Amino acid sequence: MLNPQLNKNGELQHLLTIEGLPKAIITNILDTASSFVSIGDREVKKVPLMRGKSVFNLFFENSTRTRTTFEIASKRLSADVINLNISASSASKGESLLDTIDNLAAMHADMFVVRHSQSGAPYLIAKHLIDTKQSHVHVVNAGDGRHAHPTQGLLDMYTIRHYKKDFTNLRVAIVGDILHSRVARSDIHGLTTLGVPEVRAIGPRTLLPNGLEQMGVRVFHNMEEGLKDVDVIIMLRLQNERMSGALLPSAQEFFKSYGLTPERLALAKPDAIVMHPGPMNRGVEIDSAVADGSQAVILPQVTFGIAVRMAVMSIVAGN
Amino acid sequence: MKLHIKNGRLIDPANNIDAQQDVFVADGKVAGIGQAPAGFTADKTIDASGLVVAPGLVDLSARLREPGYEYKATLESEMQAAMQGGVTSLLCPPDTDPVLDEPGLVEMLKHRAKSLNQAHVYPLGALTMGLKGKALTEMAELTEAGCVGFSQADEPVLDTTVLLSALQYAKTFDYTVWLRPQDPHLGRHGIAHSGPAASRLGLSGVPVMSETIALYTIFELVRSTGARVHLCRMSSAAGLELVRAAKREGLPVTCDVGAHHIHLSDMDIGFFDSNARVNPPFRSQRDRDAIRAALLDGTVDAICSDHTPVDDDEKLLPFGEASPGATGLELLLSLSLKWAEDAGAPDAISKAVAKVTTDAARVARLPAGGLKAGDVADVCIFDPRTRWTVEAKALASQGKHTPFLGYELSGQVKATIVAGHVAFER
Repeated sequence: MLNPQLNKNGELQHLLTIEGLPKAIITNILDTASSFVSIGDREVKKVPLMRGKSVFNLFFENSTRTRTTFEIASKRLSADVINLNISASSASKGESLLDTIDNLAAMHADMFVVRHSQSGAPYLIAKHLIDTKQSHVHVVNAGDGRHAHPTQGLLDMYTIRHYKKDFTNLRVAIVGDILHSRVARSDIHGLTTLGVPEVRAIGPRTLLPNGLEQMGVRVFHNMEEGLKDVDVIIMLRLQNERMSGALLPSAQEFFKSYGLTPERLALAKPDAIVMHPGPMNRGVEIDSAVADGSQAVILPQVTFGIAVRMAVMSIVAGN
Repeated sequence: MKLHIKNGRLIDPANNIDAQQDVFVADGKVAGIGQAPAGFTADKTIDASGLVVAPGLVDLSARLREPGYEYKATLESEMQAAMQGGVTSLLCPPDTDPVLDEPGLVEMLKHRAKSLNQAHVYPLGALTMGLKGKALTEMAELTEAGCVGFSQADEPVLDTTVLLSALQYAKTFDYTVWLRPQDPHLGRHGIAHSGPAASRLGLSGVPVMSETIALYTIFELVRSTGARVHLCRMSSAAGLELVRAAKREGLPVTCDVGAHHIHLSDMDIGFFDSNARVNPPFRSQRDRDAIRAALLDGTVDAICSDHTPVDDDEKLLPFGEASPGATGLELLLSLSLKWAEDAGAPDAISKAVAKVTTDAARVARLPAGGLKAGDVADVCIFDPRTRWTVEAKALASQGKHTPFLGYELSGQVKATIVAGHVAFER
């Protein structure tokens, strides 16, 4: 089956997932992003790459943070940005997802940045655009259900490359609620594609999906064992609704077993970096001393995130 | 009307026939096989040279969507689909709106179906009122109205006490209870087989345990009550192993699989293809292979179409929001033939035919599935070699969604005869 995110020439037409992306495309995105990083430091923070293009931020699920970063990235590329909070508008009036898309496409949208609570929703949109001969409209997945958050995954790759230079000698640990995490899935595909020899997943059995091994991941249930000698630690956010119930007894108990404390961080390599996709729950998955400590690169992640999203949007729009 | 079907290859698994034999039909019944009865003059002759003449197909599960869901399909459209698929008898599950839990509804459905003069429709009555799993339906009244068994469709019974008494009550009158083994809680909100594919795609899972735990419960209840139970839509290797053991033990159980489950696995979800969203979900390739093997060794008694027409609005949605189900009546024959072909059985065609005729009729205890003199003349004449492409315009069913869209399949129905009259000819 053809990968729906690539066009006939094998170029990135939509960004739907990192899974199955050729390494060269990922590397190209990271290289392009690094040329954009300095734009934020300039007095005029804009390049004209997407001047005259309309980018629609379609957020079927609320997210201020991701939406804002996409908005900033679009504006720095000189695109016109329209923010639509769909959960509060047409969906509640009973309009179907594809009707919404057709209406917005009729307004001459050039790109949809889509966040949806259902895994696979951006695929449905991309396929619909192809079926209705509107392939000039691009789709960028800004997070779909538990499936993928490719721009977050790419910015994590960017961050790791920035600090570690080479992927092929790294041990990377992803910690926490991997079952429900689209970030974890995108990170895993990014890391394995870029040649990281050991990707670890650490968490209680209730929060790890089955089949992780088939994705090239080494599974740990013990935090201390899992963190030993790693170069990168990616902490995941524990959603409020998962903190107590059938999957976990309490946030406190989670912190006791899986919270990243300075003592546990000391088990990793001395130059290990600590990442988090945000927003953080201090005292639930991460201790403040670590979050604010010298090994944390959580704020640089946010900065790189703008450049990576600029790179993705400009590359996709150019194909 | 007297009908002479000549020069065809007659496959009648009920009577162990696979040979070139002419079939003679008079007054809606089979009048003779091989030799014309004395004084027989045909009003119509069908030349079946190069074709297979088989009993009309018996489909153990076809949703006709009436009453209540006429926007998805109507009796007219789906009966036409049955004719094009060679299906002359079909059982419909009770999950209509309203649910088939009242004799009046069943009578009306039977009457509507009869007036179309196409396939014989045999409703399965609801086992519990409204399929809610609380109060038993009037099974004797429903049987009188035309129900041939009692089912919960896709709704599991939450309270085992109710399931126990339903089986006791059914056993009292020797009714068959049709159950799809699924735990009421485990995987209830799942949309794909729990496994690496679902994990990768971020789809919530339905574990195999959901099937096996339900089977353990059902078998224990069957052991205690002696009720006859038919297990619908088996999906897993582990589940089939339990059925195999139960049959060996002598429990009065039978089972079927959906035709699509013989060929597809969770990998066929591909990039979130909502046409591959079905209940139970497509499982791993290992499970699919186990289904094929269980068909061969007889653990699985019959193949059904699990025909579930779904309209565009309910399929053109993200995978998790799409309605489960696929159209199937017109694919049943071809998918069954494909199984037997793939299995490489020497008598592939007749094996496949048996699973959708004789064996299915035996499971449902219907007067169908055979073509000896005196039997009702329900006949399906098909060309096993004609290849056709599954596409919306080739389907009479109002449901155009199937994971097989674009597949080329072999086996095309040339004529369908119901009770001696030619209801469809291509």
